Amino acid sequence: MSTIAMGHAGTEAAPAEKKGLWSWITTVDHKRIGILYGVTAFLFFLIGGLEALLIRWQLGAPDKTFLSPEAYNQLFTMHGTTMIFLGVMPLSAMFFNYFIPLQIGARDVAFPRLNAYSYWVFLFGGLVLNASFLFNAAPDMGWFAYANLTSKQFSPGLNVDFWIIGLQILGIASLAAAVNFFVTIINLRAPGMKMMRMPMFVWMSLITQVLLLLAFPIITVALVLLMLDRNFGTHFFVPSGGGDPVLWQHLFWLFGHPEVYILILPAFGVVSEILPVFSRKPLFGYAAMVFSGCFIAFLGFGVWSHHMFSTGMGPMADTVFSLGTMLIAIPTGVKIFNWIGTVWGGSIQYKTPMYFALGFVAMFIIGGLSGVMHASPPADLQQTDSYFIVAHFHYVLFGGSIFALTAGAYYWFPKMTGRMLSESLGKVHFWLMFLGFNLTFAPMHILGLNGMPRRVYTYSAGMGFEFWNAIETAGSLVLGFSFLVFIWNILRSLKAGEVAPADPWHGATLEWSIPSPPQEWNFAVEPTVDGRDPLWEERRAKGGTLPEPERVSGAGIHLPSPSYWPIVTAFGTAMTLVGFLMHVTLWVILAGLAITMLGIFSWAFEPADH
Amino acid sequence: MAHDTAHAMHPPTATGLDTRKLAIWTFIGSECLFFATLISNYLVYKGQSLVGPLPHETSQCMLHGQMATCEPIFEIPLVTFGTAVLLFSSFFVVLALNGAQKGNRKQLIGWLSATVLCGLFFVGMQVYEFYHFFHKGLGYTTNLFGSSFYTLTGFHGTHVTLGVIWLATVLVLAIRGKLPPEKALNLEIAALYWHFVDVVWIVIFPVVYLMR
Ligand code: HEM
Ligand SMILES: [Cu+2]
Repeated sequence: MSTIAMGHAGTEAAPAEKKGLWSWITTVDHKRIGILYGVTAFLFFLIGGLEALLIRWQLGAPDKTFLSPEAYNQLFTMHGTTMIFLGVMPLSAMFFNYFIPLQIGARDVAFPRLNAYSYWVFLFGGLVLNASFLFNAAPDMGWFAYANLTSKQFSPGLNVDFWIIGLQILGIASLAAAVNFFVTIINLRAPGMKMMRMPMFVWMSLITQVLLLLAFPIITVALVLLMLDRNFGTHFFVPSGGGDPVLWQHLFWLFGHPEVYILILPAFGVVSEILPVFSRKPLFGYAAMVFSGCFIAFLGFGVWSHHMFSTGMGPMADTVFSLGTMLIAIPTGVKIFNWIGTVWGGSIQYKTPMYFALGFVAMFIIGGLSGVMHASPPADLQQTDSYFIVAHFHYVLFGGSIFALTAGAYYWFPKMTGRMLSESLGKVHFWLMFLGFNLTFAPMHILGLNGMPRRVYTYSAGMGFEFWNAIETAGSLVLGFSFLVFIWNILRSLKAGEVAPADPWHGATLEWSIPSPPQEWNFAVEPTVDGRDPLWEERRAKGGTLPEPERVSGAGIHLPSPSYWPIVTAFGTAMTLVGFLMHVTLWVILAGLAITMLGIFSWAFEPADH
Repeated sequence: MAHDTAHAMHPPTATGLDTRKLAIWTFIGSECLFFATLISNYLVYKGQSLVGPLPHETSQCMLHGQMATCEPIFEIPLVTFGTAVLLFSSFFVVLALNGAQKGNRKQLIGWLSATVLCGLFFVGMQVYEFYHFFHKGLGYTTNLFGSSFYTLTGFHGTHVTLGVIWLATVLVLAIRGKLPPEKALNLEIAALYWHFVDVVWIVIFPVVYLMR
């Protein structure tokens, strides 16, 4: 095998700069795919946010008729489904894509074309789900789709079918990506990067992939069974045929609880990168962080029934699931103390990413505490299906995941684009978001405990709900506005932002050792690692400053060729599943399968390199 | 600025494991949960059917629109034979792989053909079984037993079918002389999947057919 020295002596020409739509459609570069994930997910996130604002507008005052009950049902279902599957998960996937290879010192992910396939399947899944609006048949039974509301008898329209097929397609994307990232992390680490030297973001990503691999097959089967019930006459969840609707709840939450960790662990990872860098101190309790993450994931598979206390499982099951749930608070607490320990005594740099990371820690503590409250069955029976639960999961999901992902966006934006975001706009964004978030969601605790039920499209005057609801709606407008500031900041910076150096934050991990944005091949020289904070160690060894890395010619560097087979195969995959939307549309299924097969074979026999 | 490993086509991996092999193992790990859920679904509804036919007992059922007495559905000898054939195919694919690694084309092609034939036989057996059960009164939606049985074994059969297509593709490569020893991994990966499909059946067979 030829090993060609860097420089112009190589026999291969330097890869030409790739431009244009076609280059994006056929890209297999993990960085470009990461950007595709990020932009797509952010757009879906904005749609989900708009849905939320409509919901809040309806609830702003009693007895409003701004939304019909039917529209309201569709909006809260699509809001929840969108935020989880099209917002937070793919936003995390943006960071997996862009930064796992960079942080472990790899050229790309293990299977670049499979990676492109995952993205396209995700995109098609999101489009199918949202296409339901065009048919006025958006899913309307809540994001956990309890049986037997989902039976043909009670949901005769296509609403539930869109949800089933959309999620099924998205699941394929997640599974393909999970295999890819799992293998990437295990196998493509640079020399010297032992498991216990991996950046914490990579560790948390690894655990997330394991959860994806183990939890998604369960929902896949559950969705298949539900589809069979609806379209093929089986009775898995239909009591009249002997089926048990509660089995759906078990299957859904067996997936659903690990899913909440799929949503939060990447956020834990992002924050564990940011806090040390802006405290100028190594992460406190690295090993404890790793093991508490593993422990959370492990326990996460054994507590699903805490979502089902109100089904009356009996004292034994209630006790076991209650204790298990409370147990999870321990490793979670370990993490929180470690974050505080990291910041404690550090030389804190008050930069925007740090604001959001600290905001995350504070908000997540509140969400975790309310979580432990409804881990107790008697308390939960009061709280379940009330606004208290809505408060809880928004403190962990918005206050947790979204704050952390936003922190990550500010932290890594310079690396991804080569431009700095404005610090002052960033801080305006933070304070508006922090204020808007708490105005919107903190009062929900009070309303919930006072008995306001979730998922009801209005409330009567005189129940004592008016005041806090009005505050919440006002808060949600502030929250929405804060994202306009964010978008403005991004657009402004892309156009005329300050040019970012390779390492604007004094980072500790490998991605900061290469130019911003990185060149297509990432590392001109494969890095060798001999510690947990490789860049800090190198900096120390070289007396405090590192030279700005130079952009090199890519001559002689081997890169995987672009390919359009991933998008073709993804299209075939999505088409096959869409064929099951209305009972069975045989020609769609067969054509979809044919395209998928064509794609797979062409892909398998296409030379991977040029 | 010369450096050896950075731009080699296939850099050694961090664990020494081949990347594609690790991927198929990962995928298999995930598939375990898929089948575990389907098997659980079958077990949850074991004995919950409102009408016959039933797996092991004579029962009241609807036949041709009227109540009738239905024979037990399962007939163990045929499926035992099918199970044995599938088990042997796992052994055959090991012999084929051994041939591929040694560069013994005859051994490779012979045993790989045998594997594919065994797989086809198993699928054929399943199709026959479904057809037969159907005529004994067990439709797809007749009762919970029928639905959960056909769903579980149907998905397994689909996996076997995909495995047959995969192995047949490799067989075509082998016949065309495109599977030299250094590419034996292409067969090894398909074989790993094949073993997995086999192992799943080793669980399904006793749990579904033998356990009363
Ligand atoms: C200390 C950690 C946590 C505990 C003890 C906990 C506990 C609980 C419990 C018992 C419920 C069920 C309440 C009910 O429906 O009556 C619940 C709901 C929920 N939790 Fe958590 N939780 C924790 C962390 C998280 C995290 C990290 C997330 C996601 C990032 C999360 C997301 C959710 C969601 C989405 C629901 C609502 C599901 C629904 O009914 O729509 N939780 N939590
Ligand atoms: Cu949970």
